Amino acid sequence: MPETAWNVDRLPAVAARADAPRHTALVRVTHWVTTVCFLALLVSGLEIVVSHPRFYWGESGNVLTPALFSLPIPSSRATVPTGYGYVLPDQNGWSRYLHFEAAWVLVLTGALYVIWGALSGHFRKHLLPDVSDRSMRSFSRELARHLRFARPVAADAWSYNLVQRLTYLLVIFVLFPLVIWTGLAMSPAFVSAVPATVTWLGGRQSARTLHFLVTVALVAFLVVHVAMVWFAGFRTRVMAMITGVSAPTGGPE
Amino acid sequence: MSPISRRTMITRGLAAAAGLSGLAVAERIADRYGLVPPDHGGIYGAGETLTYATHRLLTRHSLAREFSRSQISNPPFANEIAPPSDQFTRLQADGFKDWRLAVEGLVAQPASLSLDEIRRFPARRQITEIACEEGWSYVAEWIGTPLVDVLRAAGIMPQARYVVYFSIQRSWWESIDMADALHPQTLLAYAMNDGDLPVGFGGPLRLRVPRQLGYKSVKFINRLAVTDSLKSFGKGLGSASPEGGYSWYAGI
Repeated sequence: MPETAWNVDRLPAVAARADAPRHTALVRVTHWVTTVCFLALLVSGLEIVVSHPRFYWGESGNVLTPALFSLPIPSSRATVPTGYGYVLPDQNGWSRYLHFEAAWVLVLTGALYVIWGALSGHFRKHLLPDVSDRSMRSFSRELARHLRFARPVAADAWSYNLVQRLTYLLVIFVLFPLVIWTGLAMSPAFVSAVPATVTWLGGRQSARTLHFLVTVALVAFLVVHVAMVWFAGFRTRVMAMITGVSAPTGGPE
Repeated sequence: MSPISRRTMITRGLAAAAGLSGLAVAERIADRYGLVPPDHGGIYGAGETLTYATHRLLTRHSLAREFSRSQISNPPFANEIAPPSDQFTRLQADGFKDWRLAVEGLVAQPASLSLDEIRRFPARRQITEIACEEGWSYVAEWIGTPLVDVLRAAGIMPQARYVVYFSIQRSWWESIDMADALHPQTLLAYAMNDGDLPVGFGGPLRLRVPRQLGYKSVKFINRLAVTDSLKSFGKGLGSASPEGGYSWYAGI
């Protein structure tokens, strides 16, 4: 490991945490519970979308109204014109049961994580950018480093870099709340109690379309996240998220 | 790792026992207050129960959104039109004058109502959205008799907990709890958008439950049964939906 690869700004943090776990137990458990729930929600959500792969804007929409866009896939309902000459089997029953159960586990896990993250200083210490990093210059430098696919520096094994921090903050405090909100906006009973949930989004079909688009953003995050973990050393990083222990040398592979 | 001391073991045992009995007590209380859905068994039971209980605590009296006349979908979408049975076709040929709605179970005076008798109750008109679990929806004006009025007229008994309702299509039957059965927007709908309710939309009589998804709004209703338990209906899961893999509660 050449000396120059160390980010001197983050060196003290590295030294201080040499014996501490890379990720605390709560972060590790909530990370994997969220992973399982997200995959369950994704698979069941896709199954539900297959029964009506058309999206609309506004309050209502059906096969008699023009679609905002539709997915070029076959459907599990004969009433949907797809251009394919066949109808897929209906999977909505278990998909809906699984979708809402996984949503509950994810929301409760997320609530635990957010409350703990706020009280323990996790967000302040590990996710909010360091004061010295809060500038466009830092951001463009870090972004350029990502776009060049530069080798991760040793500090990356011990703390999150700027682009990583901003991305995680976006996922935790913007995308997840949005996907929960747009999901609730599709519940006819919930919106009877809290109509603003759906009226602020412009209607039921807008909520459904946004729910899909936010999911696309979350899937894009998942793909890039896994790719970055792969790039930084899949085994070390995944083991760190499972056992809490990072590579013995403290540096990346 | 240090061995677990006797004190720790006793403390943990007591905590586990307290936790388990706490769960049992919670289930008793939840059941008592009608917070446990009939399809609460199996791996999805926990999620279903959480959803149903939360919705019952949040939405017992809330009203489904109503819309302005300009938001009515034109044309509405009828979904799959049921293959009319011989029995249905015969009733239709006579303009449904022999259509009857049987009101049975925990009521003081069981009844068999004709469509005219149902129309004699004060009508309620409401413009609501019907949303299918598949994702599509339409807005329409529904005109009908609030179910609560028919139940009150039949003398509903205090131990009633659910209303089970049956379509002339034998495979389609559903049930709702009293929060939905006594809800002012739950209609025995016989008209839609200023005309008789078309057959494609469930005519001559459809139970509209606007705070739940479309599959709870059963078409071609001809029987209501008021009950204190769903165990004796079908497989005891509450309705035909859980028997076909769909959840009984469809408020989400």
